[in-house]
Amino acid sequence: MKSRLMSFIKRAAAVALFAPVLAMAAGAELHLDKAPVSKDPAVLQHGAKLFVNYCLNCHGASYVRYNRLQDIGLTEQAIRDNLLFTAEKTGELMKIAMQRDEAKVWFGAAPPDLSVIARSRASEFGSGADWLYTYLRQFYRDPARPTGWNNVVFENVGMPHVLYELQGEQVAHVTQNADGTKHVELKLAKPGKLSAEEYDKTVADLVSFIVWMGEPVAEKRKSIGTIVLIFLAGLFVLSYALKKNYWKDIH
Amino acid sequence: MTTKSQAVLNWIDERFPLTSSIKGHLTEYYAPKNFNFWYFFGSLALMVLVIQIVTGIFLVMHYKPDASLNAAGVPVAFASVEYIMRDVPGGWIIRYLHSTGASAFFIVVYLHMFRGLLYGSYRKPRELIWVFGTLIFLALMAEAFMGYLLPWGQMSYWGAQVIVNLFSAIPVIGPDLSLVIRGDYVVSDATLNRFFSFHVIAVPLVLIGLVAAHIIALHEVGSNNPDGIEIKKKKDSTGKPLDGIPFHPYYTVKDIVGVVVFLFVFSAVVFFAPEGGGYFLEFNNFIPADPLKTPPHIAPVWYFTPFYSILRAVTYPLFGLDAKFWGVVAMGASVVIIAFLPWLDRSPVKSIRYKGPIFKVVLTIFVICFFILGYLGVLPPTPGRTLVSQICSVLYFAFFLLMPWYSQLDKCKPEPERVNFK
Repeated sequence: MKSRLMSFIKRAAAVALFAPVLAMAAGAELHLDKAPVSKDPAVLQHGAKLFVNYCLNCHGASYVRYNRLQDIGLTEQAIRDNLLFTAEKTGELMKIAMQRDEAKVWFGAAPPDLSVIARSRASEFGSGADWLYTYLRQFYRDPARPTGWNNVVFENVGMPHVLYELQGEQVAHVTQNADGTKHVELKLAKPGKLSAEEYDKTVADLVSFIVWMGEPVAEKRKSIGTIVLIFLAGLFVLSYALKKNYWKDIH
Repeated sequence: MTTKSQAVLNWIDERFPLTSSIKGHLTEYYAPKNFNFWYFFGSLALMVLVIQIVTGIFLVMHYKPDASLNAAGVPVAFASVEYIMRDVPGGWIIRYLHSTGASAFFIVVYLHMFRGLLYGSYRKPRELIWVFGTLIFLALMAEAFMGYLLPWGQMSYWGAQVIVNLFSAIPVIGPDLSLVIRGDYVVSDATLNRFFSFHVIAVPLVLIGLVAAHIIALHEVGSNNPDGIEIKKKKDSTGKPLDGIPFHPYYTVKDIVGVVVFLFVFSAVVFFAPEGGGYFLEFNNFIPADPLKTPPHIAPVWYFTPFYSILRAVTYPLFGLDAKFWGVVAMGASVVIIAFLPWLDRSPVKSIRYKGPIFKVVLTIFVICFFILGYLGVLPPTPGRTLVSQICSVLYFAFFLLMPWYSQLDKCKPEPERVNFK
């Protein structure tokens, strides 16, 4: 009786141990390029300029105040002179004038606020920066779409290719993979103002800024964290010595 | 002590049991001297509770439970969280402490409960401590569930939608019950406001009351220990347990070490990985709640996933009631059954140290199943995964329901007379 119970238990243990293998099954794959995110103030400032010029017409960043850009090395005067197009004061939030209900009619969906977009786009396929970096480089011409543009990462996206004058126009060659999935290859049909490398660099700068904007306190958080951990390590030594001393007479 | 301060103390003691309380709960509360690593998690759970309450107080000063859209088209509640993260001085650290604290609470509590399983801490005379503990766990789940709605992100919204809908599966009262919980036909501003009220006032009051009952009951009967023997059985001539030491100062100084180590790990997450790889703060929750856009995959936060898997594992209708209802029953039962452990365990010994091979194997299977269920709960279901979660759910319940038999069959070792120390 006992040995039968034991062998049942052992068999159950074996089933339980191998279950994770059974549980693994692949979902839809998304191939993202690794984004070269930088924390260099010059890069972030260039990214801020691109963001204000190209994005901040349809997309707001309504949790971010203009004067927060002092954190990436801009002076209040520089912000006022170069970046304040739709606001009066540097203490204002980066809002836009476009009406959401109108935008919905124009694009099919109101363009999302971009303040924390880099944090929301993270997934098992890569960071939010990777997603944005790939997305902004994979627009292609598609006459079937109302805007004339489509995207590999975000199929049938409502957004047109705002950076097309920089990148140029890509066209897609769609082939079927052996497993039935679609494979899209992009070719540059009409070059833009920038070479492919220059464009990648430009997008990387923009993405770096969007990542910074997602959590402006990120660098400060890490530097405070280092101090906190050093303090706690010291406190550990003291608290452990205290415990040892109190417990030395317990046998 | 000077005569003056002694006089003040006497004055208080004649009106309030101050000195006797300090003695009864700290300086003359005798705890077994052989506590090991697993005994840190009780005091740590208490500390995380304090962290959550204190950070929560400050968050409430700036958070706005309002689902209406602001001028930029963002829900006010969602925007107020980002306002805390960006414009409130030190707000980001308070918020990360609170969001990481939620996950830390469950990690600590799961380890605390596992300690109970290891050393039979639920056995007589500690049944009530265990029952109070299970109720604390239930209250904690309610607290975490309602708190998760407050940031008003996509996962907040749709997670609440899915879970509240479960209640509608209960026959007869279900639809009305889910309506009462939501305060509306869908999760809306009414839901956000009542969840805020429950999260901030109602459930914390219940939690604190239960924690007090948990500790009072513990101090009434005394702590168990890794050997699972009663230290009160061997006393010296003055009536003190031979293997007991005063909680203060011995365990206060020891628990401080535990607190510092915990805070080190906790701070490492708060300051260097506050998103916890997408498990502590889910990526989708950085998208404001949109009642018109259902995410392709809705997963509860990690600490609910083992129970959520058990819910999804039930796929057969029974007695004319659909599978969803039985899933809810199974999920509820999987939590409530924990409270019955004191009466299911018939082993002659308490601690795993003296239990036989059957319990060790069964406990290992149970833990593996719990992890697998938790892992499957974050993934979308496939037929293969559903089968695995069904096997694991059956094994989960078998651990409890077969315990009266296997705990008696097990070949146990004799318990020692005195505790093992060093």
